[in-house]
Amino acid sequence: MAELDALDRRLIDAYQRGLPLCERPFAAMGECLGVSETQVIERLRWLQQAEVLSRVGPVFDPARAGASLLAAVAVPEAERDAVAEAINRSPGINHNYAREGLAREGLARQHDYNLWFVMTASDEIQLEARLEALEEELGYALLRLPMVEAFHIDLGFPISWAELEAP
Amino acid sequence: MSVSTCPSEPQADDTSANGLDAIDRAIVLATQAGLPLVPDPWGAVGKPLGLAGNEVLARMRRMQANGMTRRIAAVPNHYRLGYVANGMTVWDVDDAHIERLGREVAAIPGVSHCYRRPRHLPEWPYNLFVMLHGRTREEVERQAEALRERFGDACRDHRILYSSRILKKTGLRLARRLGSPR
Repeated sequence: MAELDALDRRLIDAYQRGLPLCERPFAAMGECLGVSETQVIERLRWLQQAEVLSRVGPVFDPARAGASLLAAVAVPEAERDAVAEAINRSPGINHNYAREGLAREGLARQHDYNLWFVMTASDEIQLEARLEALEEELGYALLRLPMVEAFHIDLGFPISWAELEAP
Repeated sequence: MSVSTCPSEPQADDTSANGLDAIDRAIVLATQAGLPLVPDPWGAVGKPLGLAGNEVLARMRRMQANGMTRRIAAVPNHYRLGYVANGMTVWDVDDAHIERLGREVAAIPGVSHCYRRPRHLPEWPYNLFVMLHGRTREEVERQAEALRERFGDACRDHRILYSSRILKKTGLRLARRLGSPR
């Protein structure tokens, strides 16, 4: 873990859920934290460079910015990387994770979903067309898991700094 | 934010189904990888687009107000912070209790997402997805065990799926031209 001081932590704690949307946001943040606008900007640049922050900017709602769907496919381990590459090449893919932990006794091989990805498109029609095209290319059926209800969307969660530091 | 504050450039009429006009889309494309870290980020975004900083800010505010953006924030990379174990936990929860339990679980620290999704029986009985983050798999397992206790009899089965490899992660990106094939 990168070495983070108190200011870094306060920046993350205070602003992971939202920046002040005012004319000089970094000056406003500095005022709250008791540091200068320049210090805020330099810290944010450093945190971004160190990849502690993935970015400082907007997080779009995929459901509002177009259509998106979580999907999974079960493929034999030997084919996994090739299938993953085919998925990554297809249009509209923004996440693709290999996941393990589903395999268990009594679960048919074809139901051990080990590749999980999010397909996006400009609308539902294009989304379904992309999913069908991908299914045909892969030769495997996709498990389609649309969001029915969001109880908690990704707004971050409180970072447990003390726990992260504990041995 | 009143719509009347928007200038009526001809290209601004090209509003797509998701409510973004051409200027909004240009702003999205210019900011989705991150804001410029300068004293006047809105002016810096607007300059190459021929927009004043206050116009960019007004549109960012409107996209926030109408839910297009969930937040405009310092987005942490949890993996880099030390949360190297992320478990996608999937639960087969009694439909009669999922509303209440979903809301309760969403309030627990360490939970970043909590979504209801459809079952696909018989092969996929899980209807609640809860993303857990910890330093180790043991930590994630403890969190999952606490959830299991909370769900009690309303939960028939659950699994923890760990990401063994991130094969692609870009965050949401709009295509250069919405609706056009890439």
